[in-house]
Amino acid sequence: MLKEDIVALSTPPGEGGIGIIRMSGNGIIDKISKIFLPITEKELGQRKGFTLNLGWIMDEDGGKIDEVLLGIMRAPHSYTGDDVVEINCHGGSMPVRRCLQRCIDVGMRLAEPGEFTKRAFLNGRLDLSQAEAVIDVIRAKTDRGLKLALQQLEGRNHFVAEIEDSLLRLNAMLEASLDFPEEVGDLDYLEAYSILLQIKERMDRLIVAGQRSEIYRDGLKVVICGKPNVGKSSLLNALVRKEKAIVTEIPGTTRDVVEEFINVRGIPVKIMDTAGIRLTEDVVEKIGVEKSKEVMDQADLLIFVLDVEAGIGKEDMDIYQDIDRKRLIVLVNKEDLDKKNIAPGEIEALFPGVKVIRASVKNDIGVEELEEAVEAVVLQGVLPGDGLETMINLRQKNALIRSQGQVENALQTLREVPLDCLGVDIWGALESLGEISGKTLKDEVIDRIFHDFCIGK
Amino acid sequence: MIYEAGKYDVVVIGAGHAGCEAALAAARMGCSTLMVTLSVENIALMPCNPSIGGPAKAQLVREIDALGGEMAINIDKSSIQMRLINTGKGPAVQALRAQADKHEYGREMIKTILGQERLHLLMAEVEEIEAEGARVRAIITRTGARYECQTVVITSGTYLKGRIIAGEVMYDGGPGNQFPAVKLSDSLRAMGIRLGRFKTGTPPRIDRKTVDFSKTVEMPGDEQPWRFSYISPPPVRKQLSCWLTHSTPETHRIVMDNIHRAPLFTGVIKGKGPRYCPSFEDKVVRFAHKSQHQLFIEPEGRDTDEMYVQGLNTSLPEDVQVQVLHSIPGMEEVRMIRTGYAIEYDYVIPSQAKLSLESKVVEGLFTAGQINGTSGYEEAAAQGLIAGINAALWVQKREPLILKRSEAYIGVMIDDLVTKEADEPYRLLTSRAEYRLLLRQDNADLRLTEKGRQIGLVDEHRWSLFEAKKKRLEAGTQFLQKTTFTPADSEVEKYLTSKETAPLRDRTSLWEMLRRTEVKIEDYVEQGWIQENQPEILEQMEIQAKYEGYINKQQEQVLRFEKMESKQIPEDINYDEVYSLSNEAVQKLKEIRPQSIGHASRISGVTPADINILLINLEKRRN
Repeated sequence: MLKEDIVALSTPPGEGGIGIIRMSGNGIIDKISKIFLPITEKELGQRKGFTLNLGWIMDEDGGKIDEVLLGIMRAPHSYTGDDVVEINCHGGSMPVRRCLQRCIDVGMRLAEPGEFTKRAFLNGRLDLSQAEAVIDVIRAKTDRGLKLALQQLEGRNHFVAEIEDSLLRLNAMLEASLDFPEEVGDLDYLEAYSILLQIKERMDRLIVAGQRSEIYRDGLKVVICGKPNVGKSSLLNALVRKEKAIVTEIPGTTRDVVEEFINVRGIPVKIMDTAGIRLTEDVVEKIGVEKSKEVMDQADLLIFVLDVEAGIGKEDMDIYQDIDRKRLIVLVNKEDLDKKNIAPGEIEALFPGVKVIRASVKNDIGVEELEEAVEAVVLQGVLPGDGLETMINLRQKNALIRSQGQVENALQTLREVPLDCLGVDIWGALESLGEISGKTLKDEVIDRIFHDFCIGK
Repeated sequence: MIYEAGKYDVVVIGAGHAGCEAALAAARMGCSTLMVTLSVENIALMPCNPSIGGPAKAQLVREIDALGGEMAINIDKSSIQMRLINTGKGPAVQALRAQADKHEYGREMIKTILGQERLHLLMAEVEEIEAEGARVRAIITRTGARYECQTVVITSGTYLKGRIIAGEVMYDGGPGNQFPAVKLSDSLRAMGIRLGRFKTGTPPRIDRKTVDFSKTVEMPGDEQPWRFSYISPPPVRKQLSCWLTHSTPETHRIVMDNIHRAPLFTGVIKGKGPRYCPSFEDKVVRFAHKSQHQLFIEPEGRDTDEMYVQGLNTSLPEDVQVQVLHSIPGMEEVRMIRTGYAIEYDYVIPSQAKLSLESKVVEGLFTAGQINGTSGYEEAAAQGLIAGINAALWVQKREPLILKRSEAYIGVMIDDLVTKEADEPYRLLTSRAEYRLLLRQDNADLRLTEKGRQIGLVDEHRWSLFEAKKKRLEAGTQFLQKTTFTPADSEVEKYLTSKETAPLRDRTSLWEMLRRTEVKIEDYVEQGWIQENQPEILEQMEIQAKYEGYINKQQEQVLRFEKMESKQIPEDINYDEVYSLSNEAVQKLKEIRPQSIGHASRISGVTPADINILLINLEKRRN
């Protein structure tokens, strides 16, 4: 058990300029080599301990996910005493999460809470007197983690419980027909098929919802857009309340997408300022503009900034055309200026049903109202979704994906393999699902057999 | 007046299915053994259904046989019908079931017992188990005979403080109106062993001559010469049929009209009954929407007209039982020979036993069968065998035989028994086995016979047959894997076309070709591609080839499972001193005293955090 390769995110998720993924185990260097493209020609396996290696983490298709620094510590000279590798990713949680997912793809397992420390202890890397401290950490993390995960699942919706119930029912149907053939008869294949299909569809939805729920963990992606010089960077800075983006009076100075993490009333928000979108011959700027459009497509929420002095022109409406109106807040900036070129009622006519905020970002007017509006978007569920935004963490998601894989297997082999083989997949699906709720479901299957069927000759 | 009557290595109390296996195993392994029974006439009695086998139970019987036990051989001698059930559902759940001639079954077993070297039979009631410190020393019978011994195996079935109930009638008694064992319960309690109380039941028996079989459906046995034991000769005798009928709305009305007289519902019966074997009245109440329930009429033997009504077990009053019978098609005129009844009895709460079935409370004391809270002849026999083996190994100062969940149904059963709290008599089910696909009835010998040989229970005869089989299997498998065909082979192409399966694309071995559903190993014999023709060998190779993918999947699961099983917890661990374990975990761990980390993880109330803490603590002890 101790020799399994484990991996975990070591830095707090969702913030900071850098994310560290740590892994431990005897096979990790082989495994990480499969997804790491070093900048030098030297293979990772040949590198000594205490070396740093620059390179890229690659995705399934050979594309680059992130440029990283990869530190190698060889057994026994490491924190855990096994081989340890640490990947230093760039900040922003998306690359970090994708790198972590790649580690799992190549066969590592997500570490249990406190597992690195436990290994360190078991390998004699920590003093015996530290044992009790270690135990306290594990106790707290494991129990609290499980409890929290359960509360979230049970409190938020009954989706997992319903899937579990269907799988239990299916298991009981199958097992009853095997253990009590004369009373129960054969498995009803049609019913089994429709239950499996229903389970699969629900799992699909839950997995998609789980991805959507990353909003809560990784931040709501908010993009500030608008033509040049309407005050996008000023708005970003007002929200961040620190000077990061370059704010000038010359149109087009913000040539790239600027990202910041902020905390809006408890909701993590990843806010992005795009380069001013406009037709341009400037090659450098053109790249920025294309990137901006790409970013807008991925946004959960768009803040469309208008300039009251400049009025609403063709350029504004060109940008507006590309915007998904359901996820839009319009912010009319520079309301402090006397020259107003937007007529009363013009905005409401142009953007029916859209939240409009009148602001003067420079004077900090309207920023509060904007924060309120962002919060409302999240809380009122204006975002696309069906109320499934459960707090599904990566572990739960993985268990769900494993379970779904087995359900798919069962669907494909339903009539081709005998029932005892089918049972391997159907039971496996239930077992994987049980990891989410922390329940042992074997006994429940047996209870269900007696509950649902008239057994006993 | 107590007198010294003799000295034995092993004393077995009881001569039911558990007792017979325990006594035979101990004696065969070289121990001087005394078997004490209340009634010599009732050795290996089948007080309930006259059948052996079925899902999970057939696997048990095969496992008993593979280790050198007696049940399979004995049922092969005395069966009146055999059927293979679940045939279309896969090799892991296929199960043989035999109808037994219950009198012949008992007679054959008595012959074997009496013919066994080192085994003495005694008819007596054991009243006391004498312990010195917490160690078994002797047994004392009602007539004052004291037998000194090193180990005792109790296999007292449902006799402990047995109480029979049929409607308003109640009296103390063992199954089949035998004497109950009254004082043994008190002796166990006095030694500090906790007892619980369970209930089970049996249906009425009827007279064959009064059944109108034309209103029932005949259920004949299979034509194939099935047998349970790997070493029995093929059966030669004619088989008898069973008959299928059903209850009617009238039957259910009679039950409901008299439900106020049913001890199950009036609160007279307090012991918990098994859900898988409910009383007929329970079925009528719980599944009220069903207008009929299947009932099987089964012969109890070749030389008797008594028949068993499977599905009608009941403790309704006798007059109601007669009315119920008369409402069933084919039984309108039937004469009841024996009344159905419920029986309540004491059992030993099985978490007080180790995986070896030795008591944690009293050294040298073993329990097996219904006294451990199980039901079923097969479950009892399998435990009896393990208890007998381990009593003998105890005497010989050798390590106990403990089968893992990944090795045998026996392992699944005993692990469940000592680990889980049961609120009903335990019956083995295939769904209780995580690694079902590996624990098949066809490979029990391959799984267990070598172990049986190591402990000294598998004799020369069985061993030589097993070795020969294994050699042929290895040679045959190698041949299948090495013999290949190419798409150019017209003979193969013709064969595959005739089976409506795709032609070969690459060079393919006979082994790989077997994975196709349409391809059968008998075809290979027919085509002359292989020389092997022994059905058992062919079947084994076909299963291993066809289900290789799934079998490998399960074997990987077993590897993960066994890692945790191999982490032993020392017997002297003091859970109170383990820092940070939850109170519930401490209490459960103290009670069950798991033998490994894997075992501990199956205890309800022990969380993953507790397991981590235990792991760290074990490591701390080692350093």
